[in-house]
Amino acid sequence: MTEIKVVRKVLDANDTVAAQNRKLFAEKGLFVINVMSSPGSGKTAVLERTLVEIGGEIPSAVIVGDICTTNDADRLARTGAPVVQINTDEFGGDCHLAAHVVAEAVSRLDLSGARLLVVENVGNLVCPAEFDIGEDIRCVVLSVTEGEDKPLKYPLMFRVCDVALLNKIDLIPHLDFDREAIIANIRAIDQGMPIFEISARTAEGFAPWLEWLKEKVKSKS
Amino acid sequence: MGIAIRIVEIAISAIPPDIEDARIERVNLKVGRLTAVVPESLRFCFNIASSDTPLASASLEIEETPIVIECGECGAETTIERPPFACSECGGGKVTVVSGRELDILSIEVADPEVEAVEGRE
Repeated sequence: MTEIKVVRKVLDANDTVAAQNRKLFAEKGLFVINVMSSPGSGKTAVLERTLVEIGGEIPSAVIVGDICTTNDADRLARTGAPVVQINTDEFGGDCHLAAHVVAEAVSRLDLSGARLLVVENVGNLVCPAEFDIGEDIRCVVLSVTEGEDKPLKYPLMFRVCDVALLNKIDLIPHLDFDREAIIANIRAIDQGMPIFEISARTAEGFAPWLEWLKEKVKSKS
Repeated sequence: MGIAIRIVEIAISAIPPDIEDARIERVNLKVGRLTAVVPESLRFCFNIASSDTPLASASLEIEETPIVIECGECGAETTIERPPFACSECGGGKVTVVSGRELDILSIEVADPEVEAVEGRE
Protein backbone atom coordinates (compact mmCIF):
# COMPACT_ATOMS: atom_id res chain seq x y z
CA MET A 1 0.00 0.00 0.00
CA THR A 2 1.32 3.43 -0.94
CA GLU A 3 0.37 6.45 1.11
CA ILE A 4 -0.01 9.65 -0.90
CA LYS A 5 -0.04 12.94 0.95
CA VAL A 6 -2.98 15.17 0.09
CA VAL A 7 -3.43 17.71 2.94
CA ARG A 8 -6.38 19.67 1.60
CA LYS A 9 -9.39 21.19 3.24
CA VAL A 10 -12.44 19.18 2.25
CA LEU A 11 -14.38 22.41 1.70
CA ASP A 12 -11.59 24.30 -0.10
CA ALA A 13 -13.64 24.62 -3.29
CA ASN A 14 -16.51 26.17 -1.32
CA ASP A 15 -14.11 28.51 0.48
CA THR A 16 -12.67 29.67 -2.86
CA VAL A 17 -16.11 30.53 -4.25
CA ALA A 18 -17.08 32.17 -0.94
CA ALA A 19 -14.00 34.41 -1.23
CA GLN A 20 -15.06 35.34 -4.79
CA ASN A 21 -18.56 36.16 -3.52
CA ARG A 22 -17.10 38.28 -0.72
CA LYS A 23 -14.98 40.23 -3.24
CA LEU A 24 -18.02 40.81 -5.48
CA PHE A 25 -20.13 41.97 -2.52
CA ALA A 26 -17.35 44.36 -1.45
CA GLU A 27 -17.14 45.83 -4.97
CA LYS A 28 -20.89 46.42 -4.95
CA GLY A 29 -20.82 47.90 -1.42
CA LEU A 30 -23.34 45.23 -0.47
CA PHE A 31 -23.69 44.06 3.13
CA VAL A 32 -24.64 40.39 3.31
CA ILE A 33 -26.32 38.62 6.21
CA ASN A 34 -26.72 34.84 6.31
CA VAL A 35 -29.79 33.96 8.37
CA MET A 36 -29.93 30.44 9.78
CA SER A 37 -32.22 28.52 12.13
CA SER A 38 -34.11 25.28 12.56
CA PRO A 39 -37.29 24.89 10.47
CA GLY A 40 -40.23 26.73 11.98
CA SER A 41 -38.33 29.29 14.07
CA GLY A 42 -40.01 32.11 12.19
CA LYS A 43 -37.07 33.13 9.98
CA THR A 44 -39.27 34.19 7.11
CA ALA A 45 -41.64 36.17 9.37
CA VAL A 46 -38.64 37.91 10.99
CA LEU A 47 -37.27 38.82 7.57
CA GLU A 48 -40.65 40.00 6.27
CA ARG A 49 -40.95 42.48 9.12
CA THR A 50 -37.27 43.45 8.97
CA LEU A 51 -37.45 44.21 5.23
CA VAL A 52 -40.69 46.18 5.54
CA GLU A 53 -39.27 48.24 8.42
CA ILE A 54 -35.87 49.09 6.93
CA GLY A 55 -36.67 48.86 3.19
CA GLY A 56 -37.39 52.59 2.91
CA GLU A 57 -34.01 53.48 4.32
CA ILE A 58 -31.87 50.59 3.11
CA PRO A 59 -32.68 49.06 -0.29
CA SER A 60 -32.48 45.31 0.10
CA ALA A 61 -32.57 42.09 -1.86
CA VAL A 62 -33.20 38.53 -0.76
CA ILE A 63 -32.04 35.02 -1.58
CA VAL A 64 -34.18 32.28 -0.07
CA GLY A 65 -33.04 28.70 0.23
CA ASP A 66 -35.41 25.79 0.63
CA ILE A 67 -35.31 22.20 -0.46
CA CYS A 68 -38.71 22.57 -2.14
CA THR A 69 -41.41 25.19 -2.86
CA THR A 70 -41.32 28.93 -3.52
CA ASN A 71 -43.62 29.74 -0.58
CA ASP A 72 -41.04 31.81 1.31
CA ALA A 73 -40.00 33.73 -1.80
CA ASP A 74 -43.64 34.55 -2.50
CA ARG A 75 -44.04 35.89 1.04
CA LEU A 76 -40.82 37.93 0.95
CA ALA A 77 -41.56 39.34 -2.53
CA ARG A 78 -44.57 41.11 -1.00
CA THR A 79 -42.11 43.29 0.97
CA GLY A 80 -41.10 44.85 -2.37
CA ALA A 81 -37.51 43.58 -2.26
CA PRO A 82 -36.24 41.61 -5.27
CA VAL A 83 -36.21 37.92 -4.34
CA VAL A 84 -34.58 34.84 -5.81
CA GLN A 85 -35.62 31.42 -4.58
CA ILE A 86 -33.12 28.58 -4.55
CA ASN A 87 -34.55 25.08 -4.40
CA THR A 88 -31.70 22.83 -3.42
CA ASP A 89 -33.43 19.74 -4.78
CA GLU A 90 -31.98 20.88 -8.12
CA PHE A 91 -28.58 20.65 -6.40
CA GLY A 92 -29.16 17.20 -4.88
CA GLY A 93 -31.53 18.29 -2.10
CA ASP A 94 -28.78 19.86 -0.02
CA CYS A 95 -29.71 20.83 3.53
CA HIS A 96 -27.67 24.05 3.30
CA LEU A 97 -26.70 26.76 0.82
CA ALA A 98 -23.20 26.37 -0.59
CA ALA A 99 -21.20 29.32 -1.95
CA HIS A 100 -21.59 28.36 -5.63
CA VAL A 101 -25.37 28.11 -5.22
CA VAL A 102 -25.45 31.62 -3.76
CA ALA A 103 -23.18 32.87 -6.58
CA GLU A 104 -25.61 31.49 -9.14
CA ALA A 105 -28.57 33.12 -7.36
CA VAL A 106 -26.74 36.47 -7.17
CA SER A 107 -26.29 36.39 -10.94
CA ARG A 108 -30.11 36.19 -11.30
CA LEU A 109 -30.80 39.01 -8.85
CA ASP A 110 -31.23 42.71 -9.64
CA LEU A 111 -28.85 44.24 -7.12
CA SER A 112 -28.78 47.74 -8.59
CA GLY A 113 -29.03 50.16 -5.70
CA ALA A 114 -29.24 47.40 -3.09
CA ARG A 115 -27.13 47.85 0.03
CA LEU A 116 -28.28 44.84 1.98
CA LEU A 117 -28.51 41.26 0.74
CA VAL A 118 -30.36 38.89 3.05
CA VAL A 119 -29.73 35.19 2.54
CA GLU A 120 -32.33 33.00 4.22
CA ASN A 121 -30.59 29.66 4.53
CA VAL A 122 -32.25 26.24 4.51
CA GLY A 123 -33.86 25.49 7.89
CA ASN A 124 -31.22 23.40 9.67
CA LEU A 125 -28.99 24.10 12.68
CA VAL A 126 -26.16 21.81 11.57
CA CYS A 127 -24.78 21.92 8.03
CA PRO A 128 -25.33 25.61 7.12
CA ALA A 129 -22.87 26.49 9.90
CA GLU A 130 -20.10 24.74 7.98
CA PHE A 131 -20.51 26.52 4.64
CA ASP A 132 -19.10 30.01 4.16
CA ILE A 133 -21.11 31.83 1.46
CA GLY A 134 -19.14 35.08 1.51
CA GLU A 135 -21.42 36.82 4.02
CA ASP A 136 -20.46 39.69 6.35
CA ILE A 137 -22.39 38.42 9.33
CA ARG A 138 -24.23 35.28 10.34
CA CYS A 139 -27.46 35.44 12.27
CA VAL A 140 -29.18 32.59 14.10
CA VAL A 141 -32.90 32.76 14.83
CA LEU A 142 -34.10 30.70 17.77
CA SER A 143 -37.73 30.65 18.86
CA VAL A 144 -38.86 30.34 22.46
CA THR A 145 -40.85 27.21 21.61
CA GLU A 146 -37.74 25.24 20.65
CA GLY A 147 -36.28 24.42 24.06
CA GLU A 148 -33.68 26.22 26.11
CA ASP A 149 -30.90 23.72 25.38
CA LYS A 150 -30.70 24.27 21.61
CA PRO A 151 -27.44 26.32 21.87
CA LEU A 152 -25.80 23.46 23.80
CA LYS A 153 -27.02 20.87 21.30
CA TYR A 154 -25.80 22.88 18.28
CA PRO A 155 -22.70 24.69 19.60
CA LEU A 156 -21.12 25.12 16.16
CA MET A 157 -24.07 27.14 14.88
CA PHE A 158 -24.07 29.45 17.89
CA ARG A 159 -20.27 29.72 17.78
CA VAL A 160 -20.08 30.78 14.12
CA CYS A 161 -22.94 33.28 14.35
CA ASP A 162 -22.45 36.97 15.15
CA VAL A 163 -25.94 37.73 16.45
CA ALA A 164 -28.87 35.76 17.86
CA LEU A 165 -32.56 36.62 17.50
CA LEU A 166 -34.82 35.06 20.11
CA ASN A 167 -38.18 35.03 18.32
CA LYS A 168 -41.84 34.45 19.28
CA ILE A 169 -41.52 36.14 22.69
CA ASP A 170 -45.24 36.98 22.47
CA LEU A 171 -45.87 33.27 23.20
CA ILE A 172 -43.94 33.25 26.49
CA PRO A 173 -47.07 33.64 28.70
CA HIS A 174 -48.34 30.32 27.28
CA LEU A 175 -45.10 28.37 27.77
CA ASP A 176 -42.95 26.94 30.51
CA PHE A 177 -40.09 28.99 29.18
CA ASP A 178 -36.93 29.69 31.17
CA ARG A 179 -35.55 32.92 29.77
CA GLU A 180 -32.51 32.97 32.06
CA ALA A 181 -31.56 29.44 30.97
CA ILE A 182 -31.70 30.11 27.24
CA ILE A 183 -29.67 33.32 27.59
CA ALA A 184 -27.12 31.49 29.78
CA ASN A 185 -26.88 28.68 27.20
CA ILE A 186 -26.20 31.13 24.38
CA ARG A 187 -23.63 32.89 26.59
CA ALA A 188 -21.96 29.52 27.32
CA ILE A 189 -21.20 29.21 23.60
CA ASP A 190 -20.41 32.88 22.92
CA GLN A 191 -20.19 35.26 25.83
CA GLY A 192 -20.26 38.43 23.76
CA MET A 193 -22.90 37.64 21.15
CA PRO A 194 -25.65 40.29 20.89
CA ILE A 195 -29.07 38.76 21.61
CA PHE A 196 -32.29 40.50 20.54
CA GLU A 197 -35.56 39.26 22.02
CA ILE A 198 -38.26 39.85 19.42
CA SER A 199 -41.67 38.90 18.16
CA ALA A 200 -42.11 38.96 14.39
CA ARG A 201 -45.87 38.75 14.97
CA THR A 202 -46.30 41.75 17.29
CA ALA A 203 -43.09 43.69 16.43
CA GLU A 204 -42.12 43.72 20.11
CA GLY A 205 -38.38 44.21 20.53
CA PHE A 206 -37.77 44.98 16.85
CA ALA A 207 -36.46 48.53 17.23
CA PRO A 208 -33.07 47.65 18.81
CA TRP A 209 -32.52 44.80 16.32
CA LEU A 210 -33.24 47.08 13.36
CA GLU A 211 -30.94 49.79 14.75
CA TRP A 212 -28.15 47.25 15.21
CA LEU A 213 -28.59 45.92 11.65
CA LYS A 214 -28.70 49.42 10.12
CA GLU A 215 -25.48 50.35 11.90
CA LYS A 216 -23.80 47.22 10.54
CA VAL A 217 -24.95 47.93 6.97
CA LYS A 218 -23.83 51.56 7.16
CA SER A 219 -20.45 50.62 8.62
CA LYS A 220 -19.61 48.70 5.44
CA SER A 221 -20.34 51.41 2.91
CA MET B 1 -23.60 14.04 1.99
CA GLY B 2 -22.05 17.00 0.16
CA ILE B 3 -18.97 16.61 2.34
CA ALA B 4 -18.72 12.87 1.54
CA ILE B 5 -19.01 13.56 -2.21
CA ARG B 6 -16.29 16.20 -1.95
CA ILE B 7 -13.99 13.77 -0.11
CA VAL B 8 -14.44 11.23 -2.93
CA GLU B 9 -13.71 13.91 -5.56
CA ILE B 10 -10.56 15.13 -3.83
CA ALA B 11 -9.32 11.57 -3.25
CA ILE B 12 -9.80 10.63 -6.92
CA SER B 13 -8.02 13.79 -8.06
CA ALA B 14 -5.07 12.88 -5.80
CA ILE B 15 -4.43 9.52 -7.48
CA PRO B 16 -1.12 9.79 -9.36
CA PRO B 17 -1.78 9.51 -13.13
CA ASP B 18 0.93 6.85 -13.56
CA ILE B 19 -0.99 4.29 -11.49
CA GLU B 20 -3.38 2.32 -13.69
CA ASP B 21 -6.67 1.09 -12.27
CA ALA B 22 -5.70 2.45 -8.88
CA ARG B 23 -7.75 1.29 -5.96
CA ILE B 24 -7.84 3.46 -2.87
CA GLU B 25 -7.92 1.41 0.32
CA ARG B 26 -8.00 4.15 2.89
CA VAL B 27 -8.63 7.87 3.20
CA ASN B 28 -7.07 9.56 6.21
CA LEU B 29 -9.04 12.52 7.51
CA LYS B 30 -8.62 15.01 10.30
CA VAL B 31 -11.99 16.13 11.69
CA GLY B 32 -12.37 18.61 14.53
CA ARG B 33 -14.99 18.12 17.20
CA LEU B 34 -16.45 21.56 16.43
CA THR B 35 -17.63 20.73 12.91
CA ALA B 36 -20.95 19.76 11.39
CA VAL B 37 -19.53 16.27 10.83
CA VAL B 38 -20.63 13.23 12.81
CA PRO B 39 -18.09 10.48 12.01
CA GLU B 40 -20.66 7.65 11.80
CA SER B 41 -22.93 9.66 9.50
CA LEU B 42 -19.96 10.64 7.35
CA ARG B 43 -18.94 6.97 7.00
CA PHE B 44 -22.48 6.06 5.98
CA CYS B 45 -22.59 8.84 3.34
CA PHE B 46 -19.06 8.00 2.18
CA ASN B 47 -20.06 4.39 1.50
CA ILE B 48 -22.82 5.63 -0.79
CA ALA B 49 -20.76 8.39 -2.43
CA SER B 50 -17.80 6.07 -3.10
CA SER B 51 -19.69 3.22 -4.79
CA ASP B 52 -18.63 2.62 -8.42
CA THR B 53 -15.45 4.66 -7.88
CA PRO B 54 -11.83 3.68 -7.16
CA LEU B 55 -12.79 4.24 -3.50
CA ALA B 56 -15.57 1.63 -3.45
CA SER B 57 -13.74 -0.56 -0.93
CA ALA B 58 -11.95 2.26 0.87
CA SER B 59 -12.30 2.89 4.56
CA LEU B 60 -12.32 6.29 6.23
CA GLU B 61 -9.75 6.75 8.98
CA ILE B 62 -10.90 9.72 11.04
CA GLU B 63 -8.52 11.43 13.43
CA GLU B 64 -10.66 13.58 15.71
CA THR B 65 -9.12 16.76 17.08
CA PRO B 66 -10.32 18.31 20.34
CA ILE B 67 -11.74 21.80 20.74
CA VAL B 68 -8.99 24.11 21.99
CA ILE B 69 -9.71 27.75 22.83
CA GLU B 70 -7.27 30.58 23.45
CA CYS B 71 -8.18 33.27 25.94
CA GLY B 72 -8.13 36.86 24.67
CA GLU B 73 -7.56 38.12 28.21
CA CYS B 74 -4.74 35.99 29.64
CA GLY B 75 -3.61 33.99 26.59
CA ALA B 76 -4.09 30.57 28.21
CA GLU B 77 -5.17 27.63 26.09
CA THR B 78 -7.96 25.36 27.28
CA THR B 79 -9.12 22.06 25.83
CA ILE B 80 -12.88 21.80 26.26
CA GLU B 81 -15.11 18.74 26.06
CA ARG B 82 -18.36 20.71 26.25
CA PRO B 83 -19.58 24.28 26.78
CA PRO B 84 -18.97 26.77 28.23
CA PHE B 85 -16.42 28.29 25.88
CA ALA B 86 -14.55 29.92 28.72
CA CYS B 87 -10.93 30.12 29.83
CA SER B 88 -9.99 27.57 32.50
CA GLU B 89 -7.39 29.95 33.96
CA CYS B 90 -9.18 33.29 34.32
CA GLY B 91 -12.76 32.36 33.44
CA GLY B 92 -12.80 34.88 30.58
CA GLY B 93 -15.24 34.37 27.73
CA LYS B 94 -13.41 36.36 25.04
CA VAL B 95 -11.94 33.28 23.45
CA THR B 96 -10.83 32.19 20.00
CA VAL B 97 -11.19 28.63 18.78
CA VAL B 98 -7.66 27.56 17.77
CA SER B 99 -8.40 23.87 17.14
CA GLY B 100 -11.48 21.78 16.55
CA ARG B 101 -12.66 23.27 13.24
CA GLU B 102 -10.47 21.03 11.05
CA LEU B 103 -12.02 19.17 8.14
CA ASP B 104 -9.00 18.07 6.13
CA ILE B 105 -7.96 15.17 3.92
CA LEU B 106 -4.47 14.23 5.09
CA SER B 107 -3.65 11.38 2.69
CA ILE B 108 -4.94 8.51 0.63
CA GLU B 109 -3.56 4.98 0.64
CA VAL B 110 -3.48 3.30 -2.74
CA ALA B 111 -3.36 -0.49 -3.11
CA ASP B 112 -0.05 -1.71 -4.49
CA PRO B 113 -0.74 -3.16 -7.98
CA GLU B 114 2.19 -5.66 -7.86
CA VAL B 115 0.96 -7.24 -4.64
CA GLU B 116 -2.48 -7.62 -6.12
CA ALA B 117 -1.06 -9.30 -9.23
CA VAL B 118 0.69 -11.86 -7.00
CA GLU B 119 -2.48 -12.44 -5.05
CA GLY B 120 -4.34 -12.88 -8.30
CA ARG B 121 -2.09 -15.80 -9.34
CA GLU B 122 -2.58 -17.65 -6.11
